[in-house]
Amino acid sequence: MHVLPGILLSLALMSVALAPAQASTNWPTPPTVVDTNPQVSGPLTGGTADHRKFEILQKPFASGPEVTKACLSCHTETGKHFMKNIHWTWDYKDPVTNQQLGKKYLINNFCTNARGNEGMCAQCHAGYGWKDESFDFTNEGNIDCLVCHDQTGTYYKTPNSTGNAACSVMFEGKPAIDLSFISQRVGLPERANCGACHFNGGGGDNVKHGDLSSALKSPSRALDVHMSPQGLNFACTACHVTKNHVWAGSRYDVIAKDQEGQGKPGQRRDVATCESCHGITPHQSGSIEHRKLNHHVASVACQTCHIPAFARGGVATMVDWDWRTAGKTKDGEGYHEHGYTQGNGQERYTYKSIKGNFTYAENVVPEYAWFNGQMHYTTIDTRFDTNAQPIAINAFDGSRDDIRSRIWPFKRMHTWLPFDTGNGTLVYTHLWGDDNEAYWGNYDMGKSIARGMKDFGLPYSGQFGFVETTSFWPITHMVAPKEDALACRECHSQNGRLATVEGVYLPGRDRNYWLDLAGVLLVSGTIGGILAHGLMRRLLRKHHKGENH
Amino acid sequence: MATRRVLIFSIFERFWHWTQMALIMTMLITGFAIHGLYVSMPFDTAVTLHTLAALALLALWILSTFWLFTTGNWKHYMPTAEGLGQVLRFYSYGIFQGERHPYRKAYWRKHNPLQAIAYLALKLVLFPAIWVSGLIYLFYFAWGDVPFAAAGLGWVALIHTATAYAILTFVVIHVYMLTIGHSFAAHVAPMLTGFDEVDLTPEEEAYLTADEPSHIR
Repeated sequence: MHVLPGILLSLALMSVALAPAQASTNWPTPPTVVDTNPQVSGPLTGGTADHRKFEILQKPFASGPEVTKACLSCHTETGKHFMKNIHWTWDYKDPVTNQQLGKKYLINNFCTNARGNEGMCAQCHAGYGWKDESFDFTNEGNIDCLVCHDQTGTYYKTPNSTGNAACSVMFEGKPAIDLSFISQRVGLPERANCGACHFNGGGGDNVKHGDLSSALKSPSRALDVHMSPQGLNFACTACHVTKNHVWAGSRYDVIAKDQEGQGKPGQRRDVATCESCHGITPHQSGSIEHRKLNHHVASVACQTCHIPAFARGGVATMVDWDWRTAGKTKDGEGYHEHGYTQGNGQERYTYKSIKGNFTYAENVVPEYAWFNGQMHYTTIDTRFDTNAQPIAINAFDGSRDDIRSRIWPFKRMHTWLPFDTGNGTLVYTHLWGDDNEAYWGNYDMGKSIARGMKDFGLPYSGQFGFVETTSFWPITHMVAPKEDALACRECHSQNGRLATVEGVYLPGRDRNYWLDLAGVLLVSGTIGGILAHGLMRRLLRKHHKGENH
Repeated sequence: MATRRVLIFSIFERFWHWTQMALIMTMLITGFAIHGLYVSMPFDTAVTLHTLAALALLALWILSTFWLFTTGNWKHYMPTAEGLGQVLRFYSYGIFQGERHPYRKAYWRKHNPLQAIAYLALKLVLFPAIWVSGLIYLFYFAWGDVPFAAAGLGWVALIHTATAYAILTFVVIHVYMLTIGHSFAAHVAPMLTGFDEVDLTPEEEAYLTADEPSHIR
């Protein structure tokens, strides 16, 4: 009797919770075909051991943690290293603002909060079994090595806890994982390993970042000159250099202006900045144009000119999300609506009962602003003025006068988020769970918020509304080949890309209206005077015939 | 007193004049492209040409200033009030009556009083203003970090642009002046051949005929 609505709901949930198009694009990780063109992972190139020859891996494993135990028996220090990184901790304290950041705590203006929803969200935690506060962050046996190091494309993850009854359907019918087979074929992470989570942030392909999409698994040279197999074929770690399982480059701690550059030979690879490879005078022909461009390096981020648009390559990004419309049902069941076909032909949902309405965009021209790398987040305990909408989920610092600042490109995300109208705070929503309060399945936002706040001892007035929010995503991937870099006039013109950027005199954009008026009047007045003078000469000459002059 | 055709613009002067003409036109065309008065020229092309032409022009000015002082030709540019009234009266009145231009070129005075003042003002006010402001602009990368640098650059650009309008105005008048008196071609010819009609004293005529026969026709 209830089979059909149940299937509809499960389909709806399936598409949302993972990639919207199809859940299977998330996992497995790398392509299963043999890699004849290995990706470049930076200085660590591997190849010193063939894991198929390790005796400890030549046995069946009953669970992931058993594999981890085998890994750590040789890689003896790796567990200690790994447990310090953000893929494990989901915890970052801003050393300047002292704000408690990290996925474990933050609210974003996509799927709102991971906290309390770890059973679902922590599929992207590099560990096994995080479903609630009881997870042991000190047990290195809980580390998931394979999710990053699988080279077979047969590894995948499932939620750590049961969601609403219908949700479990979406994870059924997958092939069994041969852990022994995978463990003997591990290698350095490829783009698809990292991309399994990072391409799908916000609940689907390229939803969150705009510059990180599944198109980067095998991008054309035009899409990404570094990552393209026709180009340098960089894995993520070629730039996000790794030491002791800690990666350079983070949106919590952005180096907006690297003034050190390459360093001395062999000395420097500790950051993910463009300058750490290209130096701080990257345009090298010595021409006037290149010299002038090198002067721009002090004030314009490389990304500003070299990433002409984001969400390229046929995969759209989400630019607007409206939670106000979530919760509509048909015959008591959730549903979804198609409404957007992206460049690569895939359909994207524009409405889902569990999330609300979405707006997508492709080939988006970024917004530009001075940015010094410092973010200020609106966290769960931030009380804001509800009249000062939109609320910036992450505001940022920067100005012409700040030596650490440069003009950066950003994706702006606009979202109507649920909030506590009584206290003027954002809220944790309880989305995932096999209970009658989880929003995904029950569609009651009030109950979902009450539970989400209560679970963490947070004040909730009992009244919720929706607040306009924005978040800003510095754009840094999808670097185009140099021939596709912006032409100067894109900015050096009136109503150009930098039309609203303050603190600079920008030739071609800026001019003094009165000076130009006076100048044009002077020149045209002079020409007018000359014409009058010449005309008089011609007319009066006729009165004085016989004279030549 | 005899009127003879005498070499008054040496090869260097003619080279200087026409090179300067080409460079100033390049500067004006590319400069107003950079300023954004028109956008059909690519910005990078405009900046490259503007910078190269500026450096060439600067070198030419250094060379010509050296030449002016070592050869004594600076004397042609000394301002004088003598005859100025007559020239002004001619341009504003006499010219319409079909009068003849009151000024006669002398061997050591090839510019009329109005020309001398105009060229002197160009050399002492407009040119220094544009190249000082231009160099400060060109070297912005070296002082861009001082306080209020961006606002300062705005003022530098203002002076630079204002001077450019003034120079363009000069160019327009300068070209129009070639149509006054003899034909346009007749006015341009001396700057091509070097020779023009000059009132010579008997001593000058004798000197040139005897010692510089190639300078007199």
